[in-house]
Amino acid sequence: MAVYIVKRFAMMIATIFIIATLTFFLMHAIPGSPFDEERTSNPTIQANLEKFYKLDQPVIVQYGHYLKSVATFDFGPSIKKPNETVNSLLKRGFPISAELGLITILVAVLSGITLGTFAALRHNGIIDYMAMAFAVVGISVPNFVLATLLIQQLAVNWQILPPATWSSPMHMILPTLALATGPTAIIARLTRSSMLEVLTQDYMKMARAKGLSPARIVLRHALRNALMPVVTIMGTMLAGILTGTFVIEKIFAIPGMGKYFVDSINNRDYPVIMGTTVFYSAFLVFMLFLVDIVYGFLDPRIKLHKKEGDA
Amino acid sequence: MNEHGNRHTTTRQGGTAVAAKPLKRKKVFTETMLSVRDLHVSFKTFGGEVQALRGVSFDLYKGETLAIVGESGCGKSVTANTIMGLLPHPAGKVKNGSVIFKGRDLTKLDKAGMRKVQGVDISMIFQDPMTALNPTLQVGEQLTEGLRTHQKVSKADAKKKAIELLNVVGIPNPEERLKQYPHQFSGGMRQRIVIAIALICEPELLIADEPTTALDVTIQAQILELFEEIQERTGVSIILITHDLGVVAKIADRIAVMYAGKVIEIGEKREVFYDPQHPYTQGLLASVPRLDLKEEELKPIEGTPPDLFAPPIGCPFTARCPFAMEVCDKVHPPTTELTITHAVDCWLQDDRAKNVFG
Amino acid sequence: MVNHQQNVNVPDEWFKPKGADLDQAESVVRPSLSYWKDAWRRLRKNKLAMGGLIFLVLLTLFAVFAPILSPHNIETTQYANQNQPPSATHWFGTDEKGWDVFTRTWYGARVSLFVGVAAALIDFFIGIIYGGISGYKGGRTDSLMMRVIEILYGLPHLLVVILLMVIMGASLTTIIIALTITGWVGMARIVRGQVLQIKNYEFVTASKSFGAKTPRIIRKNLLPNTMGPIIVQMTLTVPSAIFAEAFLSFLGLGIAAPFASWGVMANDALPVILSGHWWRLFFPAFFISMTMFAFNVLGDGMQDALDPKLRG
Repeated sequence: MAVYIVKRFAMMIATIFIIATLTFFLMHAIPGSPFDEERTSNPTIQANLEKFYKLDQPVIVQYGHYLKSVATFDFGPSIKKPNETVNSLLKRGFPISAELGLITILVAVLSGITLGTFAALRHNGIIDYMAMAFAVVGISVPNFVLATLLIQQLAVNWQILPPATWSSPMHMILPTLALATGPTAIIARLTRSSMLEVLTQDYMKMARAKGLSPARIVLRHALRNALMPVVTIMGTMLAGILTGTFVIEKIFAIPGMGKYFVDSINNRDYPVIMGTTVFYSAFLVFMLFLVDIVYGFLDPRIKLHKKEGDA
Repeated sequence: MNEHGNRHTTTRQGGTAVAAKPLKRKKVFTETMLSVRDLHVSFKTFGGEVQALRGVSFDLYKGETLAIVGESGCGKSVTANTIMGLLPHPAGKVKNGSVIFKGRDLTKLDKAGMRKVQGVDISMIFQDPMTALNPTLQVGEQLTEGLRTHQKVSKADAKKKAIELLNVVGIPNPEERLKQYPHQFSGGMRQRIVIAIALICEPELLIADEPTTALDVTIQAQILELFEEIQERTGVSIILITHDLGVVAKIADRIAVMYAGKVIEIGEKREVFYDPQHPYTQGLLASVPRLDLKEEELKPIEGTPPDLFAPPIGCPFTARCPFAMEVCDKVHPPTTELTITHAVDCWLQDDRAKNVFG
Repeated sequence: MVNHQQNVNVPDEWFKPKGADLDQAESVVRPSLSYWKDAWRRLRKNKLAMGGLIFLVLLTLFAVFAPILSPHNIETTQYANQNQPPSATHWFGTDEKGWDVFTRTWYGARVSLFVGVAAALIDFFIGIIYGGISGYKGGRTDSLMMRVIEILYGLPHLLVVILLMVIMGASLTTIIIALTITGWVGMARIVRGQVLQIKNYEFVTASKSFGAKTPRIIRKNLLPNTMGPIIVQMTLTVPSAIFAEAFLSFLGLGIAAPFASWGVMANDALPVILSGHWWRLFFPAFFISMTMFAFNVLGDGMQDALDPKLRG
C-alpha cells in the first residue's frame, strides 16, 4: 500500500508539473506578450507583472521563476482588476465555490446512489424505468439550460425561490439543483448497472442462503461492492462539477471563483486565467489522488492487483 | 429379485459399475426429514416459459447423503434452489407441488418465514469457492453473520464458535485467518470456509451444489472426506448435486438421476450403480472413464437433452434412447417400483416391452 | 417379485422399436446470424435507440437543407423584426437583431453536428494510431505510451480546452482542435485494449494451427467484436463534444455572429430571458438537449446490441 501511495503521489506531482508547464508555454506562445501595455490598463500593474514574470530575462529563467511561484502557490497580480492578485481572488471566491461544489457532491452522491440502488433492486419495474428515464434526461440536458429553466419557472413564474446569489439556504436550492442533476444521473446509472452485476454474483446468493435480512444483504454485501466503480469515477465527476460551477455561478450571479474565472476569460485577464487553471488543475489532480487512495482502502484486493492495472 | 432388470443391464451394457471403493457397512435410515412431492418450477424468460422442473418427487432421510446426478440443465440445481427458497424473483416460480420439511411446506412460506429456515435448518454450499465469498468482507464476518442474525450470540461467543469451526474444517491459525479477506486464501481453503459458514448454525440439512467441481482433484478428495467426517459428527443430511459419478460413488447413500426436469431413476447407490434400469442411467455410467477400460470403450451419450420451452409429451429421453419405442414418444412412462428403494420411469418396465428387444 | 405395470391406456401396438432419432435431438440449435445482422436486429428492437436514430437523421436533413430553403436573411440586422414571438412567418420568433431564430437554429445544428462528428472522427484516427502502435508494439514502448496516457488522463479536460481556446481564439477550427487534443486519450485506451485482444487471439489460433482459416475468423468474428466498443465510444464522444462546444460558447468562447451555435444562442438569450423572450432560450436549449439525448440513447442501444457477452 505504501509503495502504491508513493507511486500515485509521484504521478500527481508529474501531472501538476505538466499542467503548469503547459500553461506557461501556451501563454508565451501568444503573439507578442500577453502582458503588452495595450492589454493592461494600468502602468503599476504592468510594472508588477514584469517584475513577477521577469520579462526582461530569457524564457528559461522566467520559466524557473514561474515554477517556483507555482510551487509556493503565488500566482501573481491581475491585469484588469487593480490592487487584486490571483491569490486574493481565490481567497475570496474559492470558499464559496467550494461550498457550492461540496453541497452538490453530497446531493448527487446520496440521491444518485439511492436512485441507482432502488432501480437495480426493482429491475425492469416502474421505479427502474422512471429512474433511468430521469438519468438519461439528466445526462442530456446541459446544466446551463436546466439552470435557466429553473429560474424561469420556480423563481420568475412561480416566485417560490430566489433567482440569484448565494446568501441563504433558500438561495442555495436552485444552483445546487441545477448543478447536481447531471452528476446524480451519472451516479444513478453507474450504481444501477454495477448493482445489477453484483446482484448476480454467487456471494449474493450465498448471503441470501444465510437467511440474512434484506437490509443487511443490500447494504453490507451488495452496496459495498457495487460502489467500487462509483468511487473510481468520483475524480472525473468532480472535474465536471468544478467546471459546472463556472456556468452556474455566472447564471446565478454567485461571487465564487467560477464567476471570476469566467470574467477573466471574457476580458482576457491572462494572469487570472493562468493562475486559476493551474490552481484548479492541481486541486483536481489532488482529488483524483485522494480518490485512488480511498479506493485502495475500500477494496482489499488492490494491494495484490495494483501492478496489473494497465488494461 | 429382479432378474429381468439384471438381464437388461448385462446384455446391453456389459459391466456398468464404476470403480468405487468397497461399500461401507450399510447405514439404515428410517426417519424422513424432507419430502419433495410433484414439484413443478418454471422460469419466465424472453423466449417464453422454461419448465425447469416437471414433477420432481423424492424423500430424504435423516443422516443420509442423497446424490442428485444428471447433465447440466436437467434441473438438479433448480431443485436445490427451490428447496432453499433461492429461486430468482420474479422469474422463477413454483407452479405446483410441495417441499415438506419437518411438517411444513417450504414453498408456502413467505420470505420472512423462509429466512428463519435458510442457514438455520437448511444450509447451502456453492460450486465455486472463488466467487461464493464476498471479496470485500473479512472472512470472520462472513462466517459469523448468519449466527449473529439467527441466534442471540455475543460477538465474542460467535468468534469462539467460528474458531472452533475453522478447526473442524481444517484451517490452521483460525484466529488470525478470521481477519483476512477471501483473496488471501487458496481455492480449497475457501471451500472449507464456505462449508464452515454452512455449518455455523448447526443445520439439519446441507445442500451441496457441485461442491468439488471447481477444485483440483487432490483437493476434491480432501473436501469429500471432510463431508463424511462432518456427517459422522453431526448426523446432518446431505443433498449432493453433481454430475461427477466419482464423487457420488465415494460418499452417496442413495442416488436420484434427473433428466429434463424429472427424476427418472432413484435408488440406493448399490442399486443404481450395479443394476441401472433406465437407459439414460446406463448411458451415464458407460460414459465414465475407467482405469480398466480402453478409451474407445467409453460411450458418450449422443445428442442433447430436449428443449424445456416445449418439453416432449412422452419420455424426454426418447430422441437419444437406443431402445425407444413408439409408446415412448406418445405417453410419459409411469413410475415402476422395482424394490422398496429402487424406482424408475421407463416403458421398458412394461411387460409388453419385454419381447421387443429380445 | 416386482410389480410390472400394464398401463391399460396404452395400446399394445405402440410397443415396437422406434430407433434413436439423433437428428431430432440435434435440431434444437439456434440459427446463427452474422454479427452485424444480429446487432442490427437487436438495435431495431430498442425503440428508444431507434427514436434517437430517426431524430438524428431528421436533424441532419434539416441542418443541411433548412438554411438553404429559409427565406430569412441572417447576415444583416433586421431591426424592423426585432424580438418577435413565434408566428407564422417566424416559427421560432426573432432575436434582438431581428434574425429568424428558426433559421439560426439550423445553422446552430450544422455547427453542433459538425463539431461533434469531427471531434469523434479525429479522436478515432488519433486513437487508432496511438492505441494501435501501443498495443501492437507492446513491451517497453507500450508501457511508456501508457504512462503518457495515464498522465494525460489525469488532466482536467475542460480546463485545458478553455486555456487552449483563450490562446487560440474562438472559432470552429480551434474548438475542434481543442476538443481533440484532450479527447483522444479515451479512444486510444480502448483501441489498445482491443488490439491486445486481437494479438492474443492470433497467438492462440496460430498455436492451434488453424492455418488458412485465421483471416476469416478475424474478419468474421474478431473484427466485429473489437469494433463494437470503438463504435460505441465514438457515438458517445459526439454528445460530449456537442456539450463542450455549448459550454464554451456559454462561457463566451463560442464562434462569432451571425453564424451562431446553439450554445452561443443560449448565451445571448440569458440577459433577455427575464423580459419574457422565452423562445430565444427555449429552441436552442431544446435542440441541444434532444440531440444529446438522441446520441446518448443511441450509444446505449448500440452498446447493448454490440456487446457479445449479452448475446444469448
